[in-house]
Amino acid sequence: MHIVVCVKQVPDTTEVKIDPETNTLDRSSAPAIINPYDAHAVDEAVRLKEQHGGKVTIISMGPPGAVEVIKKCIELGADEGYLLSDRKFAGSDTLATSYILAKGIETICQDNPFQLIFCGKQAIDGDTAQVGPGIARRLLIPQLTYVNEVTAVDSAKEVITVHRKLDDGYEVVEAKMPCLITVEKEINQLRYSSLPNMLRAARYQPHMLNADELNADVTNMGLKGSPTSVAKIFAPEQRGEGEIIAGSNDETINQLIQKLSDQMAK
Amino acid sequence: MGCEACVAECPHQALYMNDEGQCNVLENDCVDCGQCVDVCPVAAISLPQRAESKEQSNNTSDKNVISENKTEEKAVKLEGDLSKYQGVWVFIEQREGEIASVSLELLGAGRELADKLGVELSGVLLGSEIADKANNLYQYGADKVYLLEHPGLKYYRTETYMQNFVQLVQKYNPEVILMGATTTGRDLAGAVATDLGTGLTADCTALDIDPEERLLLATRPAFGGNIMATIVSKKHRPQMATVRSKVMKMPKPIFEQQGELVKVDVEIDESQLLTKVREIVQQAGDKVNLQDAEIIVAGGRGLGDGDNFKVCYDLAKSIGAQVGASRAAVEAGWIDHKYQVGQTGVTVAPKIYIALGISGAIQHLVGIRGSDIIIAVNTDPEAPIFKECTYGIVGDALEIAPLLKQPLQQLLADKKAS
Amino acid sequence: MPKKFDAIVVGAGMAGLAAAYKMSSEGLSVVVIERGDYPGAKNVMGGVLYRSMMEELIPEFWKEAPLQRPVVEQRFWMLDKQSVVTSGYKDESWAEEPYNCFTVFRGEFDRWFAKKCEEKGALIINETLVESCIVDDGKVIGVQTNRPEGDLYANVVVLADGVNSLLGKQLGFHREWEPQQVALAVMEELKLPEEVIEDRFNLEPGMGTTIELFGQGTMGMVGTAFIYTNKQHISIGVGALLSQIREKQVQPYQLLENLKQHPAVRPLVRGAEPVEYYAHLIPEGGYNSIPKLVSDGVVVVGDAAQLVNGIHREGSNMAMTSGRLAAEAVIHACNMGHFDRDALSSYENELNNSFVIKDLEKYKDASHLLESNPRYFNNYIPTANMALREMLTVDGVSKKQKQKKLTKSILGKNGLFTLGKDIYQMWKAVR
Repeated sequence: MHIVVCVKQVPDTTEVKIDPETNTLDRSSAPAIINPYDAHAVDEAVRLKEQHGGKVTIISMGPPGAVEVIKKCIELGADEGYLLSDRKFAGSDTLATSYILAKGIETICQDNPFQLIFCGKQAIDGDTAQVGPGIARRLLIPQLTYVNEVTAVDSAKEVITVHRKLDDGYEVVEAKMPCLITVEKEINQLRYSSLPNMLRAARYQPHMLNADELNADVTNMGLKGSPTSVAKIFAPEQRGEGEIIAGSNDETINQLIQKLSDQMAK
Repeated sequence: MGCEACVAECPHQALYMNDEGQCNVLENDCVDCGQCVDVCPVAAISLPQRAESKEQSNNTSDKNVISENKTEEKAVKLEGDLSKYQGVWVFIEQREGEIASVSLELLGAGRELADKLGVELSGVLLGSEIADKANNLYQYGADKVYLLEHPGLKYYRTETYMQNFVQLVQKYNPEVILMGATTTGRDLAGAVATDLGTGLTADCTALDIDPEERLLLATRPAFGGNIMATIVSKKHRPQMATVRSKVMKMPKPIFEQQGELVKVDVEIDESQLLTKVREIVQQAGDKVNLQDAEIIVAGGRGLGDGDNFKVCYDLAKSIGAQVGASRAAVEAGWIDHKYQVGQTGVTVAPKIYIALGISGAIQHLVGIRGSDIIIAVNTDPEAPIFKECTYGIVGDALEIAPLLKQPLQQLLADKKAS
Repeated sequence: MPKKFDAIVVGAGMAGLAAAYKMSSEGLSVVVIERGDYPGAKNVMGGVLYRSMMEELIPEFWKEAPLQRPVVEQRFWMLDKQSVVTSGYKDESWAEEPYNCFTVFRGEFDRWFAKKCEEKGALIINETLVESCIVDDGKVIGVQTNRPEGDLYANVVVLADGVNSLLGKQLGFHREWEPQQVALAVMEELKLPEEVIEDRFNLEPGMGTTIELFGQGTMGMVGTAFIYTNKQHISIGVGALLSQIREKQVQPYQLLENLKQHPAVRPLVRGAEPVEYYAHLIPEGGYNSIPKLVSDGVVVVGDAAQLVNGIHREGSNMAMTSGRLAAEAVIHACNMGHFDRDALSSYENELNNSFVIKDLEKYKDASHLLESNPRYFNNYIPTANMALREMLTVDGVSKKQKQKKLTKSILGKNGLFTLGKDIYQMWKAVR
């Protein structure tokens, strides 16, 4: 079984600091990490490989520095990794990104067709959850989003059964392979990588692919290939400075209750 | 645009901000490495088309002017290919015949957009045996309902919903499509937008119209809520957006309101389909309804450890509130992810939001701004949450929360009685 | 994949990376195991990066390494409660290549240094804890990590695992450090605009300064405080012997707050926003507490070997030099094909001949003297302040009278004999 996993390098948004005065970002403090959901996608792919045999290939689009994220995936047990990196990709929105990744997958799977594609359910920097479905549509394969358990893989019938997360439970869905799956974090507990995998990753040099190597239409990439653009950017509105209630605990609570009471009477 | 993300990233110090807050390139120093392009949160930088990207930033400042509340003005008619797209659509999400509240909220938001554009608002309802739900939609503002009924549409599946939705769009050419940013809405929106090759903006917090170009102005938080970006899709129709539940106000239904029902033929050949929903398993105890909670007691890292988190449960229980948590508390493993409030969790809009030991990371604040009253308790007087709360108490949540129980209980009981 | 490496380096700090760089440059197969998320993640330095030792490894490193500011001035402040006696040295030639030393951010610098090692062929494994050395027949033959299938073998293990070297302890090279052998240092990074820093510290654009503060900076405990200028941050820190911090029951952050409130320091840090806080142990035992450095299949370098000059606040240079010398010994051993104690002993010999051991030996009693004799910190520094105050305050009293009063006050406090003895002892300790 050939499983392709799409991963993204993201700034650790928990660490992004912002200067409220100038509304500027302090990026020096935000390290680049693998999108956390994607790490679970890689782990799930590796688990399936361990059960059913085959190969796990990583694909990512990003700046040259994103090779670090692919090396992280090798630590997690992936076999190969490809980084799609080209100035022509820059400025891609989700539509253009899904095009580039789909073309990338076609390119690297020319001689070894995939049965499954895994993605994280969304990236923590954009939170759009659009690229996974986009790739599925471009490759014309079924998509199973928000999956929190893979219950069965029938290689002979080429059918996979999963649980898709719902607000109040889950649904059991079957799909014909090849198909694309986006995963929730709870699909697995990330395993601690073995030392041999760590050593392999430290040595590993991911394959690099540029736009010309994709057999793709460059007008569908980057800014040109992106229907959406940014009209403006601004600081989030604040609700305004809160009223600080001070005093001893008892006083504070009395005051608070009084104020609440007044406010709710309005 | 002024965020300076690119300037910090450039390894060759070839970027700077000019006085108007736009990014400029020192041509001699730039080696076209592309690092800046990838960090731009709003995709405003490009290397091959440098001149264009500058032009764009200029346009941007013009746009700032345009988008400032020209709501009274009637939108212009477009010419050319884009002119055939007319109307605002809302995807009506239902399960087992129950319409998702976010869809009704979107009818309210869609009504405003449609009025500004001078077009009809339509609901698109897919399912099995749900015709009677259409009336409901007129009451919430729909002029028209497209009804697609078929046993094969009983449960949401990407392939059946997507195919039928795309065909419908191609037949009737709406200019704006709104969907709830639920698991279903996001699943469908991503697939539909790809098939239509059009622009989609996820998780919008505000929607408006630029009447000059009939553009949907879709505003969403970027960088974990640190900045807001307004996204447009200038040359593509339909313009799509998803919006989370509780972000838009639920409109007041007008019961006598009527509309037009358009029944659409649906053909589904089950043997050709690649996915099957085998079973839906409800886990009653699992449902955490933060979105609809009237009162939320949420805890954060400031509580110190997982055991201390029980002050939240105690207080919540005594006043009939739902428990929530900050990302820090969830990541520390004190409470399950489904309780997470904020940009990566749930957006909430309760009457009272009590934040215990939550410092107020921006991504958390983004998710609670819709609350009527925010009460924050934190030991750090500098905590950002004090800038966003209604009432702030600088103190130890572990001491204060138990003291709040009785008086709050009393207050709420009094209010209920009156 | 070679199952066995030439060398395993435990810890990606200055000493470990220096050793790894040198060994991999010579074609040895080297793996560096770091417990932090990345090299430098856990590294703190209350000091500066010395050009000369780094250049012995990577010539003209300043052209590409991530550095903050070249240091053109070193100031020395003796603080009393409200006052300060200052001295210092500023040299324009330090502002030009090849420079003297630099302020650096360790997180940034160590990552760059690790990349350089990787370019030479070393493997860097992060987020991995070495739990113990694998010992066979008295010889160290590898390490056991906390990862699945986590054993790794090598001809030599280089212990660069920092001040609290667990592995050194396990091998019986040293005992648990005594509280008077380590200092606790706390440090903050304060953010300020570049120009503000340059104005406040009287610097040309891009240049840096360091200030070492004695006396009230440590609330009278044996230790020092420091202020360094980075590009857009000021590093301010204070360190004192752990034994005295315990004895006086001072909270480390109180030391820092106290320092920031001192009238001489306050204007330098005014309005600066704290962005990072670090606490770190620094070996202060000096010459007398250097553990066993070499055994069969293993060498110890850097802080793990207690190679820090407490008096001159030098540690990273000793770490680098010890790492490099250890690497040379390993290379030598590889050539011979033996890895026992004798084969590696050239490390110890070279270290003894280098400035590292010579300096440590020279100051071996100084720290102890300062600790056992509180007069240096608690009397002489205030006295120096008082002396200048008296001489410089113009109040109509004649200078001669003031001198008389001063002499009386100094002698009255300590007595001529004590003063003489203290001066003699200090001279003896540092001569």
